[in-house]
Amino acid sequence: MGSGALFIAVFLACLVEAVEALTIVLAAGAGRDWRSAITGAGSALAVLVLIVAALGPALTAIPLGGLRLVVGGLLLIFGLQWLHKAILRASGLKSLHDETAIYRAELAAARAAPTVSKTMITDWYSFTLSFKGVLLEGLEVAFIALTFGANQHNIPLAAAAAVAAVVLVTGTGLAVRAPLARVPENTMKFAVGVMLTSFGVFWGAEGAGASWPGGDTALLVVVPAVALFAVTLVAAWRLKIPAITPAGRRP
Amino acid sequence: MTARIIALLRWAYDFVVGDDWRVALGVVAALALTYAVSTTSMPAWWILPAAVAILLPVSLWRATRL
Repeated sequence: MGSGALFIAVFLACLVEAVEALTIVLAAGAGRDWRSAITGAGSALAVLVLIVAALGPALTAIPLGGLRLVVGGLLLIFGLQWLHKAILRASGLKSLHDETAIYRAELAAARAAPTVSKTMITDWYSFTLSFKGVLLEGLEVAFIALTFGANQHNIPLAAAAAVAAVVLVTGTGLAVRAPLARVPENTMKFAVGVMLTSFGVFWGAEGAGASWPGGDTALLVVVPAVALFAVTLVAAWRLKIPAITPAGRRP
Repeated sequence: MTARIIALLRWAYDFVVGDDWRVALGVVAALALTYAVSTTSMPAWWILPAAVAILLPVSLWRATRL
């Protein structure tokens, strides 16, 4: 896999998760207390950096065959989950990810919660909401960045892609002070699902001892094949809508 | 303390396995089959793509059949 594909896969995965985390941080800040929300987000980012710094060298020390077997399997499981949801959304059987609606719901919940102060933190609710939001959204991205980077022996490039996405989303979020509803999040999740599934298939098979016809160039067939298969499934499930939900789309 | 450990294990299960444990089990089975076939003279690269071709539609079908 080229450096470009590594960068794009990690960048897109990180971008969509960062957009979701931003929505939570904005709701915590606008609805409660900006300082606590930003402290929570910063603390979670620090924990993520520590996890990457600790696990990165350990992952690169694992023999490549074993690493590709485990990582390929996990990426394939993650990829199939992402694709499953993306196909349901694209076919109209699951509501599209709507950052504006999520923001409103988070904001209402944040405003209704009681205020509790703890040492150094003015508003504990804002802090924990931001901390958990950023940490949970970030863990999967950290895993993706680490595994893609370790497999290609280029963790710095994967980390750079992740940081670039976070900086882009954070900068835009600070500028507009609103959830990034215009980001084509559902399309990007579809693309990330295709990438994770494709690389999971490729590395998992190699790690389990299989040899791909054509070596690394097989990826040039695997990625479009997975994308085509996913698009075909979207079309097939769109045809199923009347049979499944005669009264309308499933929420 | 026990409750926190259980919560952590539940989170780890949700993080790795997700909504449909059958998909995770199918992936593990396909990897095991790939390994078994790779020790013979038969090609084994096709097993994971075949697993995707089966697991993804089945998981979609299960999610939308009701």
